[in-house]
Amino acid sequence: MAYQCDLGGTRFRFPSLKTLLARATPERSGDHLAGVAAETPLERVAAQMALANVPLTDFLDDVLEVDGDGITALIFDQQDAQAFAPIRSLTVGGFRDWLLAPETTGAVLRDLAPGLTPEMVAATSKLMRVQDLIAVSRKIEIVTRFRSTIGLAGRLSTRNQPNHPTDDSQGIALSALDGLMMGAGDAVIGVNPATDSVADFIRICDVLDVIRSELDVPTQTCCLGHVTTALDAMQADAPVDLVFQSIAGSDKANDGFGVTLAMLDDAHEAVRALGRAPDGANLMYFETGQGAALSAEAHFDMDQQTMEARAYAVARRYRPLLVNTVVGFIGPEYLADGKQILRAGLEDHFCGKLLGLPMGVDICYTNHSWADQDDMDHLLVSLAAAGVSFVITVPGADDIMLNYQSLAFHDAQFIRDTLGHPPAPEFADWMARIGIGEQGVTLPTLETALGRLRLPAA
Amino acid sequence: MSVSKPSKGLDLAAITQARLTTGARGRALTTREMLHFALDHARARDAVLSDLDMPACADALSRAGLETQLSASAAGDRRAFVQRPDLGRRLPQDQADTLAALPPCDVALVLGDGLSAIAAQLNGPGFLIALAARLAAQGLTTSPVILARQARVALGDGIAHAMGAQTVVMALGERPGLSAADSLGVYITQAPQPKTPDSARNCISNIREAGLSVQDAAAEAEALILRMRRFGLSGVALAQRQALPED
Repeated sequence: MAYQCDLGGTRFRFPSLKTLLARATPERSGDHLAGVAAETPLERVAAQMALANVPLTDFLDDVLEVDGDGITALIFDQQDAQAFAPIRSLTVGGFRDWLLAPETTGAVLRDLAPGLTPEMVAATSKLMRVQDLIAVSRKIEIVTRFRSTIGLAGRLSTRNQPNHPTDDSQGIALSALDGLMMGAGDAVIGVNPATDSVADFIRICDVLDVIRSELDVPTQTCCLGHVTTALDAMQADAPVDLVFQSIAGSDKANDGFGVTLAMLDDAHEAVRALGRAPDGANLMYFETGQGAALSAEAHFDMDQQTMEARAYAVARRYRPLLVNTVVGFIGPEYLADGKQILRAGLEDHFCGKLLGLPMGVDICYTNHSWADQDDMDHLLVSLAAAGVSFVITVPGADDIMLNYQSLAFHDAQFIRDTLGHPPAPEFADWMARIGIGEQGVTLPTLETALGRLRLPAA
Repeated sequence: MSVSKPSKGLDLAAITQARLTTGARGRALTTREMLHFALDHARARDAVLSDLDMPACADALSRAGLETQLSASAAGDRRAFVQRPDLGRRLPQDQADTLAALPPCDVALVLGDGLSAIAAQLNGPGFLIALAARLAAQGLTTSPVILARQARVALGDGIAHAMGAQTVVMALGERPGLSAADSLGVYITQAPQPKTPDSARNCISNIREAGLSVQDAAAEAEALILRMRRFGLSGVALAQRQALPED
């Protein structure tokens, strides 16, 4: 179906809903790289005006327009007509107004989530300013549980990310301990492995499990290797709390990650069977990011933000404990600068939360982006106001394995000092028992803390 | 599970370069730490944004007897280069015509700025001088060193194609981290095509003073090139070929 908008004597035409979504997307480098962005600011606003008038029911057709795509099929399969009924008669613009209305409470939005499709949510976000994205996200409370409870209103959890360029056991442990003594790690202590062998994966799981169990930390651990490596490690009885995988919004893009829904189904079942978590716990961890599909040439001329929202359909199939967008990691060819990263982080958080996901953000940038620590501070404050479930933290904001800058442990402390937002209640109790963050308590040095751990021999 | 002994007198800096908290906890980064971080970031940004000093590179190479030829991708400036990787991979037709006039060779040698002109400048000439000598000793002919501005890895494919070279060596600056902005990466491709996938390339990375030396990297590159030319392929396919018994 074609769409159009007349502005000052000029008729702007958009041949499909997919094209309309792309032209209506706020400026970002990746959509220019893909050749789908609006050519002028006027065309962008024309597209946004046309989009505001599109009935939400138009999104019940195949927006990606790729025959046989499994993610499209998953989206149709998930969409619940009964949950959708309250907003069935609305346009995209009307839906934005409805979301912002005071009567639309968090409870209403939670019930609505199964009725929404990723494309509806992405479309609406394109008509929202930064404050709208914050205001609506803040209403939504998505609570998940393993050993800690994540996502309670007014709280901010952190992933403690102790990566090391050679996966050295002591190197990983030092960064993890540094974070724990700064109160970081209630969402997960999670390592991105530099190596890809099953043996190293198991060793990293062992190192993290020793830290968690010897210090009795109410949290969960994760080695963020490939899902097939996790399956092999679970077969070998490795202590796997959470299964991780990077995911994207089309079958072809997921092929690029070497992952299928069937693999994820198997891994989900395998980790449940390990029985490490309380009944009903959430057991999966996913990462996503705008530009992932384009970088695999698997975007099919859909804009990168809508493709990103489609990845959330994959995530919600598994009731995950954690989902985060790695918003500035993929590089300036997708998000050029601090302004684009800021908006994208808030969009992804909004879309994920509205679709019912426990959404976190890796607030980050690479050295070839036009961004710096000030931009990260802005995004952190905005996301804290929006009620982000968790953020990623590393020692001194410098990830020495992946060579990019995320938040420092100190940055989470800054939010706690300025806005409140304590960590998960179980973790906050543990911190109080140990004396972390308490005046007058002397914590062990890193050397001492490392020396006390019974780490597995390398 | 066997257990490692807790060691005494640990040297934390020898275990990790992570920016661990050494001062008091529960407060902001100190001015010293904050400025140290800003300095490292500024160095990385300089490396990304600076231009390759062509005369200095040409001078260093000519002192070792290597000729040079200037070239450039279709990305006009650093901003276009960073945001449009497709342009950085494309060789404009006039550049291709110029290169086509050079004498034929077995191996095309290219030095590109990549994401760190500083790395290309510091480690590129040394690596290519060492490699050219090794290839000459093997009886292989090499091109003048093509000094390429706004260059991504795949730009080498078009360069090799224009010159009719069967092997292309693309040395270029890697994306700088906070701890190192001087790291050179080398990508070698046999029989490059317009749409060569990255899986058909061999890569040698982290070539810098505190990493892999230019001499060791040149030896590794020479060995790769000889095997590639023997089997007529590179990348994953070469690794699979090597896994088979020698005939």
